[in-house]
Amino acid sequence: MAQKQGSTSVESNQIDAKIPEGALAEKWNNYKAHQKLVNPSNKRRLDIIVVGTGLAGASAAASLAEMGFNVLNFCIQDSPRRAHSIAAQGGINAAKNYQNDGDSVYRLFYDTIKGGDYRAREANVYRLAEVSNNIIDQCVAQGVPFAREYGGLLDNRSFGGAQVSRTFYAKGQTGQQLLLGAYSALSRQIGKGQVKLFSRHEMLDVVVIDGRARGIIARNLITGKIERFFAHAVVVGTGGYGNTFFLSTNAMASNGSAAMQMYRKGAYFANPAYVQIHPTCIPVHGDYQSKLTLMSESLRNDGRIWVPKRKEDAEAIRSGKLKPTDLLEEDRDYYLERRYPAFGNLVPRDVASRAAKERCDAGYGVGNTGLAVYLDFSDSINRLGEKVVRDRYGNLFQMYEKIVDDNPYKTPMMIYPAIHYAMGGVWVDYELQTSVKGLFCIGEANFSDHGANRLGASALMQGLADGYFVLPYTVQNYLADQIQVPRMSTDLQEFVEAENAVNDKINKILKIKGKKSVDSIHRELGLIMWDFVGMGRNKTGLQHALEKIKEVRNEFWTNVYVPGQVDNLNNELEKALRLSDFIEIGELIARDALLREESCGGHFREEYQTPEGEALRNDDDFAFVSCWKYTGEGNEPVLLKETLNYEFVQRQQRNYKS
Amino acid sequence: MEKNINVTLKIWRQSGPKAKGKFETYKLDQVSTDSSFLEMLDVLNEKLINEHKEPIAFDHDCREGICGMCSLFINGHPHGLDPGTTTCQLHMRRFNNGATITIEPWRSAAFPVIKDLMVDRSAFDKIIQAGGFVSVNTGGVPDGNALPISKVDSDEAMDAASCIGCGACVATCKNSSAMLFVAAKVSQLALLPQGKVEAAHRAKAMVAKMDELGFGNCTNTGACEAECPKNVSISHIARLNREFLNAKFKD
Repeated sequence: MAQKQGSTSVESNQIDAKIPEGALAEKWNNYKAHQKLVNPSNKRRLDIIVVGTGLAGASAAASLAEMGFNVLNFCIQDSPRRAHSIAAQGGINAAKNYQNDGDSVYRLFYDTIKGGDYRAREANVYRLAEVSNNIIDQCVAQGVPFAREYGGLLDNRSFGGAQVSRTFYAKGQTGQQLLLGAYSALSRQIGKGQVKLFSRHEMLDVVVIDGRARGIIARNLITGKIERFFAHAVVVGTGGYGNTFFLSTNAMASNGSAAMQMYRKGAYFANPAYVQIHPTCIPVHGDYQSKLTLMSESLRNDGRIWVPKRKEDAEAIRSGKLKPTDLLEEDRDYYLERRYPAFGNLVPRDVASRAAKERCDAGYGVGNTGLAVYLDFSDSINRLGEKVVRDRYGNLFQMYEKIVDDNPYKTPMMIYPAIHYAMGGVWVDYELQTSVKGLFCIGEANFSDHGANRLGASALMQGLADGYFVLPYTVQNYLADQIQVPRMSTDLQEFVEAENAVNDKINKILKIKGKKSVDSIHRELGLIMWDFVGMGRNKTGLQHALEKIKEVRNEFWTNVYVPGQVDNLNNELEKALRLSDFIEIGELIARDALLREESCGGHFREEYQTPEGEALRNDDDFAFVSCWKYTGEGNEPVLLKETLNYEFVQRQQRNYKS
Repeated sequence: MEKNINVTLKIWRQSGPKAKGKFETYKLDQVSTDSSFLEMLDVLNEKLINEHKEPIAFDHDCREGICGMCSLFINGHPHGLDPGTTTCQLHMRRFNNGATITIEPWRSAAFPVIKDLMVDRSAFDKIIQAGGFVSVNTGGVPDGNALPISKVDSDEAMDAASCIGCGACVATCKNSSAMLFVAAKVSQLALLPQGKVEAAHRAKAMVAKMDELGFGNCTNTGACEAECPKNVSISHIARLNREFLNAKFKD
């Protein structure tokens, strides 16, 4: 069923994504109609490990348990309800067409493919659009309090990259409500004993026996004890690696370590260079800063983005001599509306982020650093009244005011792009299985369905699609062959070796006893990543970054100081282990960005742009998923390619202008 | 506008659940008023690490007020004095130069201290596991718009559902009651037709679990509502009581 190649230079090392035959709209139905099933009495004999309790992990764990499998579920937080999906604000897309504005499964599919700059798999994205409607139904049935109209039906709003209103939301807390829905389904299964929960446990390795994933090694974060767990299949949904940049909108403990453990055990790491930089975040304000806060994209529904038209006004604002509200309408440059008349303030995130950077780099930025633009609600407040704006975005405005100490109802918000989401991740085939048998990867942790850029309100959709409606089917197809496999002892050689390797690594880190804290080294890594592997990348900068990352690696392994012991609660040790992986991910990101001599979506190589400064793809040479294969510590990874064969959509230069 | 202040911190240190804890005093100079309270603690921890001392353990994660991981009893108030704010959203500009700030963990028999300022809140998960859900499996559910729900009910359910499970209500209650937490979930689901089917069973099961786990009773002092970082209203406790009594009368 391998996809046949087009006219690219890629011949060798081809990867098969196992995409089912048939017309686009029939592939998933065909798959489900012909997949293998496991009967109820056999399900009871099969164990599945699910790592992570975010939208993908919790929904997968709950759904698998409902089907009758025994599930072991792990999370690093004190409760599954605290996974970082909780922080998603704006909404979740679905092709319901409740607004009668011309939406359909095909249009959601098309917008997502186009939004991803034609670097996603057609079959996966179509499946995602298909199941999007089931997700809304499921969540409503769980009691998720989506926003409603006065007639009692569900309300929708618009998001970037779409000309229809297909986004369902629950105030500015949609992620919270969807996660609590999945958490309630999970809790029900925990109560029944069908899921065994291990909170405050961190996966530290995956155990592979005879080429199949058979368990994990995890550290109990309270006692420090290293523990072994067996299962017939392992599912990982541990989120993205945005914290490689130190400052991001991710939670403090969000990390990419599980992905790196899978990578080191043979799973390919795909498209690491595709990292999303979200246009509307609160700007950086100090060097003690620990994280960046997102202001939901939904704000771009009613907020207008601008900078001063004249440089001298921008300078006056930066030095505090002028207020933004002093500027007349004709002295403001609504640059997104000017450059992209058709989509205006609702262009996709990558486009909006680059446009902000372009204005700030040209000297029109505001705020005391000059690295900020305005997001202005005065027009909407005049048009709709403050109450309506407060009803829609009240909690976001409050969040902004607490951080910046400025009232956004009176003066425009200041925003600037920040690292937000990882489109890249562990490579998976159509079944969400990695290149290691029995090892599955879901949610943001996989390289997923977003291509080179994710549209707003699509992450929640993908996480829940994977967990509720895709993985429970595909895991079953895998396990149907495993019903004869008995539960294995965790005293097997492979478990012992994996645990020993984990212990060795921990002891090595604790013994360094250098001079620098984990955070200080992480900040260094973050600065390199932001400066040279961030919004604008070029060959020289990326090569420089690769050199600098080597220095950071050396600094870490010779000069980090980690206090405390291994057999105790030790936050610094947890952070050190995660940082050791962020350094490797940082290198992979830079390496992948250097390889990809084109601009697409969130990956912008300054050498490859149109005369108007838009991303310039190179479909002849780069219409592939870059899959990095680990070849041992200190060795260069090998590049494999999955060619993206577009059968149903014609690739075009993305156009948000007309 | 940004400026720097000097503060004195009295912080509860406790090496483990069984160990005896005590307050330690730390002086921290030149704290930016633009930094958040937790960033101030980061700076202190960085300082302690550089002095090869053990950093202070505290729970935190999203740092934008939604995950419910951060806790801290600050100057006698859970999440500090600001209304409608979690600790991670509290900023140092709310403190004066030279201030002494006392920082303690949540204190409740149901939330044992793990280390320093970290407590074990898994009792909340157990209460939800006892009935804080609608019993539907994945798949086979009706269309999302099949059942209209009045906007008023839906909005009220949303207000109840904004609970972040942080435990401030328990920490501030003189009885260590978890009524506001339980009520928020019972009320959210009782307001929606999807949750009504099991409403009676849910109220009984969750209240029974709450009692079993060592939380105290509610005596309507209203402290929980006053301190809740998400402003969850005690009117939900009234609805819980109604649901609970109805369920008991039916028995």
